[in-house]
Amino acid sequence: MSSAPAPALHSDSRGPAVIGKSVMIKGQIFSREDLTIDGEIDGSVELHEHRLTVGPNGKLQAGVKAREVVVLGSIHGNVEASDKIDIRKDARLVGDIKTARIVIEDGAYFKGSIDIVRQEAKAAPAPKPAPAPAPQPAVSAAAASAPATPVASEVKR
Amino acid sequence: MLKDRSKTEAASPSFFSSHKSGAAPATQTRASNGLDQFFASIKDLENLSILDFATASQANISFITALGHKIYSNDVLRTLEELFGGEGEFLANQADPERAARFLKETLAFPDESFDGALLWDTLQFLVPPLLDETVDRLFQVLRPGSLLLAFFHAEEKLDSAPLYSYRIAGPKTMSLIPRGERRPTHYLNNRTLEKLFQKYQSVKFFLTRDHLREVIVRR
Repeated sequence: MSSAPAPALHSDSRGPAVIGKSVMIKGQIFSREDLTIDGEIDGSVELHEHRLTVGPNGKLQAGVKAREVVVLGSIHGNVEASDKIDIRKDARLVGDIKTARIVIEDGAYFKGSIDIVRQEAKAAPAPKPAPAPAPQPAVSAAAASAPATPVASEVKR
Repeated sequence: MLKDRSKTEAASPSFFSSHKSGAAPATQTRASNGLDQFFASIKDLENLSILDFATASQANISFITALGHKIYSNDVLRTLEELFGGEGEFLANQADPERAARFLKETLAFPDESFDGALLWDTLQFLVPPLLDETVDRLFQVLRPGSLLLAFFHAEEKLDSAPLYSYRIAGPKTMSLIPRGERRPTHYLNNRTLEKLFQKYQSVKFFLTRDHLREVIVRR
C-alpha cells in the first residue's frame, strides 16, 4: 500500500492559467482566473477580478483590463488595472495607464500617460486618517547648497 | 549666438557614450530653483496634465500623481537615440525631414493645449535647428496658455562633454541626477539665443547654477 498522498484535484492547486511562449493569439481573451501570458497576443485581454502576468517573452499588442497587472515582457496598448500595475525591470509598456497604484522598476521603459484613480472614490465611506508626510530623500548640506545661486533674470513680453 | 559643433564631433557608436574617466559618477541630489518655481506655480491646483521628458521613474510618477495630477512620461533622450542614431550622424539625421517628422510625431503628437506644464530637463540642447525650433513651436501648441515649461541647458561654452542624467524629482525644490553617460552638447545656447528661441512665449526666466547649468523657466 502506497503512503504517497493522492494528487489534489482542486483547481486552485493548478496555479494560474498559462499561455506559453510559442503561442500566438489574435482576438479577445476573457478570463475568470489569474492568467500568465508568455506568448503573443494581438487583440484584447480582460480579467476584471484577476491578475494578469505578462512574462518575459510575452508580447501584447492589446488593450488590457484586470485587477492587477504585472509586466515583465512588453505591452503596446492601454492598460486599466483596478488595483495595481507593476512594471518590472526590462519590461516595455507603450500606452496609457489607468490604475489605483503603480510600481515601476528602474530599467523599465514606459511611454504614455498615468492616471491614478483614487481608491477612496470606489470604497465605502470611512474615516480618513491624516496622510503621513511623504518621505524626503536626505540631501547633503553641500549638495543642497551647491547649485542654487541667486543669479536669475527674467524676460517678460 | 547658436554655435554648431557638428564639424568637431567625433564619431561614437552611441548617443550615450560612456564616461571618459571610466567610473561613472555617483548620483547627486541637489536643489533646483527651476523646479521650485515650476511646482510653486501649480501649488493648490489639481487634475493637471504634466508632460515629463525624463526616463519613466517611480520618483517622478509618485511625486506628480500624489499632487493629484496626471503625468505623461516619455524618455526623449532614448527617442533621440533611436531616431537619429550614434553621435557621428546625429546632427545630419536631424536634418532628414522624414526622421524629424517622426520625432515630432513620437514626442509631441497631442491635441492643442493638452498640458498644464512640461518638464523637459536637458533634452532641448541635443536638438538643432530647424528641428529645435519646430519642437519649441509644437510645445507652444500643446501647452495651455499661462503654463510653465522647465528646461536645462549647459552654460559652459567650451564644454567638451556634458554628463547625461536621468532626472528624478526628490521634492518640490530638489532633484536627483542619475548618471547615464555623457555627450557633447550639439550647440551652446546663451541667454539671448534662448530668448529668441522662446520669443512666442510670455516670459523666460533664467537661473544660472554653480555647476554651469542654466535652468530656464518659460511661461507659455
